[in-house]
Amino acid sequence: MSFVPVILWSDALVYLLVAAGIAAAIYVRRHEHLLLPWRRVGESSVALVSLLVLSFFLLVGLLDTLHYRVVLKQGAYSPEVLSVFDKLAGPLRLHVEKTYSAPLAISLYAKESMLDANGRVVRDYPRLKYGGAGIKDAALRDADVARRVGTGALLGLLLGGLVIWISKAERRAVAIALLLICALFGVTLELSCAYHVLGTDKVGQDVLYLSLKSIRTGLIIGSVTTLVTLPLALFLGVAAGYFRGWVDDVIQYIYTVLSSIPSVLLIAAAVLMMQVTMDTHPGWFDTAASRADLRLVFLCLILGMTSWTGLCRLLRGETLKLREMEYIQAAQSFGVSPLRILTRHIVPNVMHIILISLVMDFSSLVLAEAVLSYVGVGVDPSMISFGTMINAARLEMAREPVVWWSLAAAFGFMLTLVLAANLFADSVRDAFDPRLNRS
Amino acid sequence: MIAYLIRRMLYAIPILVGVNLLTFALFFVVNTPDDMARMQLGIKRVTPEAIRLWEQQKGYDKPLIFNREAKGIGRLTETIFWQKSASMFWLDFGYSDDGRDIQREIGARMWPSLAIALPTFLIGLFFYVSFALVMTLFRATLLDMAGVALCVTLMSISGLFYIIGGQFLISKLWHLVPISGYAGGVQGFRFLVLPVVIGLISGIGSSSRWYRTIFLEEMGKDYVRTARAKGLSEIRVLFTHVLKNAMIPILTGVVVVIPLLFMGSLLTESFFGIPGLGSYTIDAINAQDFSIVRAMVFLGSLLYIAGLILTDLSYTMVDPRVRLS
Repeated sequence: MSFVPVILWSDALVYLLVAAGIAAAIYVRRHEHLLLPWRRVGESSVALVSLLVLSFFLLVGLLDTLHYRVVLKQGAYSPEVLSVFDKLAGPLRLHVEKTYSAPLAISLYAKESMLDANGRVVRDYPRLKYGGAGIKDAALRDADVARRVGTGALLGLLLGGLVIWISKAERRAVAIALLLICALFGVTLELSCAYHVLGTDKVGQDVLYLSLKSIRTGLIIGSVTTLVTLPLALFLGVAAGYFRGWVDDVIQYIYTVLSSIPSVLLIAAAVLMMQVTMDTHPGWFDTAASRADLRLVFLCLILGMTSWTGLCRLLRGETLKLREMEYIQAAQSFGVSPLRILTRHIVPNVMHIILISLVMDFSSLVLAEAVLSYVGVGVDPSMISFGTMINAARLEMAREPVVWWSLAAAFGFMLTLVLAANLFADSVRDAFDPRLNRS
Repeated sequence: MIAYLIRRMLYAIPILVGVNLLTFALFFVVNTPDDMARMQLGIKRVTPEAIRLWEQQKGYDKPLIFNREAKGIGRLTETIFWQKSASMFWLDFGYSDDGRDIQREIGARMWPSLAIALPTFLIGLFFYVSFALVMTLFRATLLDMAGVALCVTLMSISGLFYIIGGQFLISKLWHLVPISGYAGGVQGFRFLVLPVVIGLISGIGSSSRWYRTIFLEEMGKDYVRTARAKGLSEIRVLFTHVLKNAMIPILTGVVVVIPLLFMGSLLTESFFGIPGLGSYTIDAINAQDFSIVRAMVFLGSLLYIAGLILTDLSYTMVDPRVRLS
């Protein structure tokens, strides 16, 4: 089976971000004074543990970014765009049941009429096609689940121990967290070979698979948006603060206008307009995935356009302060060109503000995605995300008995991601904020 | 003071003009009225006559900015810009797609919004500040750390969870209050309790933590040391000196939102079926009723600017050193 790699727009932007991240990391490694605050981040166990959790999410997100299309025959591609993650999680993706089933269930959630061995019609819970396929009855299931949890945990712990041994993780909190994550991973992997660990949704898709797929959407919203925010805020904020005069007036006017519109309304208006444009030009997209993807990129663009004003204001204020410093005046009197003063002396000195504000914004963007999808101005309804999951599962709370697992899974994954991001952001702020006096 | 107010209001005009131009560009230039018509009537089978009829009904059958065929001042006024966008300055929002007067709808719907948003805002402000003060009083103890941990966790939970979970627990399982709905007067109380409580809970995390940061920053200042050296008790220092001095940063973030309370909350109102401006906006977004969205954008920025002016006024009330001139 041959395939061709597909690079969607969002993939390209993610690669760009990853490359920028690696370049920045190499640059920081070479400069001891830049490394210092990161060492302070590394001293905090909370930061390391949250970074560990985040890197698990990042791994899933990155695997899900490597897209490809299967070649059916010479010159014809499958219309489906898959990712490496889809391939790895193949059974999860393909084991689609008829409709709802509870976590670890072996039968469907609702009774159906069916024929028993003697040809009579009985109403019972039909067995799942894939969930617990080899298990005879419910009593045996518990024993099987227990056995699988045991093996999974054991394998996970072994893997965790191996990782600790290789990486020489000395911190106890980090080691415990690593072991826990590995054990959880092992149990989930072992269970998901035979069951739907988090149940299935209305059309029978595995909820665990949906939750893991949602991670990429959340990460992209949180990170690609910064690609828009950062250049705008940095360039305009520093220019306004340094040049003052009419430049300052114009830039201040632009960001006051933008920030005076409540952000949800501005986003809604822009997304509605984007929808009209996309609907009137159906020829722009060759696959459904590229259409959904472009909408995601546009959403990031719009979120970035509406959220750069806060950072811009901060940078302007800081630059106003910096430009009165002696070393800037010295540079000016030496005849250094404004461009060089900005890039050599001002921008490096506002970097901590940028970093703090970017990591702080990340979690709120992930949360905003869910809300925007609910309002109807979020990602494409066909794109798997926490927002679309919550939206689809919201009405099921009214059923009797309640279908709770989709919602619980979406909220649980979101909480883990956002909490880890928040804790990490706090540590970064503590390490980089010069106002905090350390001794 | 009066002169300052008048000048601030004059400053607001160019900003509103900017907002107006932005919405005009967004709603009429990015997509022409032709695109809109095609969108509303269905993409595929739509005749040019149908488009023209639709535009005529909505009043979109005019040139965008400049009308060559009209005479005199009509060259500017017989245009989409003048009749649909500039007219918002005198609060003429036109008609929605179902033919209702938007201005009248806004007038009727802002009161239910306010009935939810105002109690949430007032109780919330009191509650969050008190919680932050308690955390500051016990700073660097286990209580403070537990409070901060609680705040960070609450911050990390999606607002949707509070609403869905609250409705499920309180209304569906315990049957304490109706799940959704609205009634005027005293009857409305039972409908308001849950949205207000949920609004309060979902705000605790970020607000309390922010106030705590402000208080802690004030605690490190010289006047606090002086007050302690005088022998004042820690509670006295916190409640009379720190609280008063922290008023400026608190007001900066708080007063701005007061006028926006009229706009209500999109999520709360649509989940609880409250006929306010928030649910009006959501319905408009789902029905793709662009004239309502446009009106809400303009109204929102108008109220925000009013909030900024109010903020400046509030500074003079809490800090006698601030003089507006």
